[in-house]
Amino acid sequence: MIAHSIFFYSFSIIAVISAIMVTVSKNTVHSVFFLILDFISISCLFIMIGAEFLGMIMLIVYVGAVAVLFLFVVMMLNVAQQKNQWFASQESSGHIPVGLIISTIIFFELIIVIGGWKYKPDLFDINNSVNSFNVSNTHSLGQILYTDYIHVFQLSGMILLVAMIGAIVLTFRKRAGVKKQSYLKQISRERSEGVEVLEVETNKGVKIDD
Amino acid sequence: MEYVNIVFQEVYKILFLLVPVLVSVALIVWLDRRVWAFVQKRQGPNVVGPFGLLQSLADALKYIFKEIIIPSSSNKVIFILAPIVTMTLALISWAVIPFSATQVLADINVGILYLFAVSSLGVYGIIMGGWASNSKYPFLGAIRSAAQMVSYEVSIGVIIINVLLCVGSLNLNDIVEAQQNMWFVIPLFPMFVIFFISSLAETNRPPFDLPEAEAELVAGYQTEYSGMMYAMFWLGEYANILLMCAMGAILFLGGWLSPIDIYPFTLVPGAIWLILKILFLFILFALVKAIVPRYRYDQLMRLGWKVFLPLSLTWVVLTASYLFYFNLLPTN
Repeated sequence: MIAHSIFFYSFSIIAVISAIMVTVSKNTVHSVFFLILDFISISCLFIMIGAEFLGMIMLIVYVGAVAVLFLFVVMMLNVAQQKNQWFASQESSGHIPVGLIISTIIFFELIIVIGGWKYKPDLFDINNSVNSFNVSNTHSLGQILYTDYIHVFQLSGMILLVAMIGAIVLTFRKRAGVKKQSYLKQISRERSEGVEVLEVETNKGVKIDD
Repeated sequence: MEYVNIVFQEVYKILFLLVPVLVSVALIVWLDRRVWAFVQKRQGPNVVGPFGLLQSLADALKYIFKEIIIPSSSNKVIFILAPIVTMTLALISWAVIPFSATQVLADINVGILYLFAVSSLGVYGIIMGGWASNSKYPFLGAIRSAAQMVSYEVSIGVIIINVLLCVGSLNLNDIVEAQQNMWFVIPLFPMFVIFFISSLAETNRPPFDLPEAEAELVAGYQTEYSGMMYAMFWLGEYANILLMCAMGAILFLGGWLSPIDIYPFTLVPGAIWLILKILFLFILFALVKAIVPRYRYDQLMRLGWKVFLPLSLTWVVLTASYLFYFNLLPTN
């Protein structure tokens, strides 16, 4: 039990500190690295409460893919060094009130959700059905996702697909004068059509078409 | 006192796994160079020790005694962290590899997901090294390798789904035991080929070694590294290659199972079979390095996204429909 709490507190302290460092650190690339540390420690917390599938998926999706794209964007945009920290800048930024309002709303939503669990005991049934059976966490999660909540699950998948296609359509533009390579043409090239041996007369040269 | 005992036992087990892994990394580097030389009709390293077996040891000694140079304009913390991250990630994934039904450090329920997650984290060592060097070639190499590794991970993930459909469990021992009657390489042969090629790309091996294409990028993300830090990148890279071979052996070649289930073969311990299978896959890796020329970057991306991903997705649908139609879906 002692080891359990030691691990719990160290992971949660790392998670909270790195979450703060994401917003505070001057260098944007450092922020992304702290975000990654945050994700990793949260997935460790997931594993500690027995949700090993969620923890691993968190690692694969967020750390392995999403955060890599974050890093990509941050490195490419060259915004690495910010002059001002948001709390120390001279002129007040317009983003702060908006951010505060959104975070307050999220905070109250969290309170409502947790309060619902606390004061409406029959909601615990869903919670228990994941944990109680003598099967692995992955198994029971699949049993719930693909039976009771299959429509919601597939709907969320469709929403993600639409978002992906939308992003592709919005950013796709046809540019004129771009040379395209046809792989079929490149592979199916033969020696006979690529190489030609010519007799070159002195002082005359040869004309090469194309 | 009890805790101390447990900790000591675990440390002992971990050392018993990690020391052989590190030694075999050194040997595998030698084997890689020998196979490469064999294909090109050269001798390869054959001077230090019998058959040149100690060549890697000599190289390691050289690296240890070289000076570690940290560029003044680099981001020092991340620069030093990068090789450590690479090496750590390459070694921690060995925790879940089963060497027999009982010989496994951590027999966890989501073993294959753990392997996949750790190998997808491997990108960070390279990106960190490339970015922190604060120099053009390493940065270009890091960007290339990040895009490459993320792309090929997708197809590896889909291939793993194929195997999982046939097994019905994420546990690595269950995956091995499901191949008791037939190795998955037979029914899923196209997936094995795609997995092999994707793991070449995932570990930045030739013909997909664009991140360190020496003709264009000097040495890619390793350009600014020297001494022990370079050696750590190098160790991590080869440990990763061995790990991908082990993953291929477990997913498709029956892991620690003996090839024929007859008396004299079953006497041989499972660990030896697994090591032989890993060696077989590694020799294939080395042969590919010697034979195939380097891909162009757009060809690499096209192969990943336009060929492998649709193919493996189609195969998932095929496998699922076959298993469903003949009522073979594993349910437990």
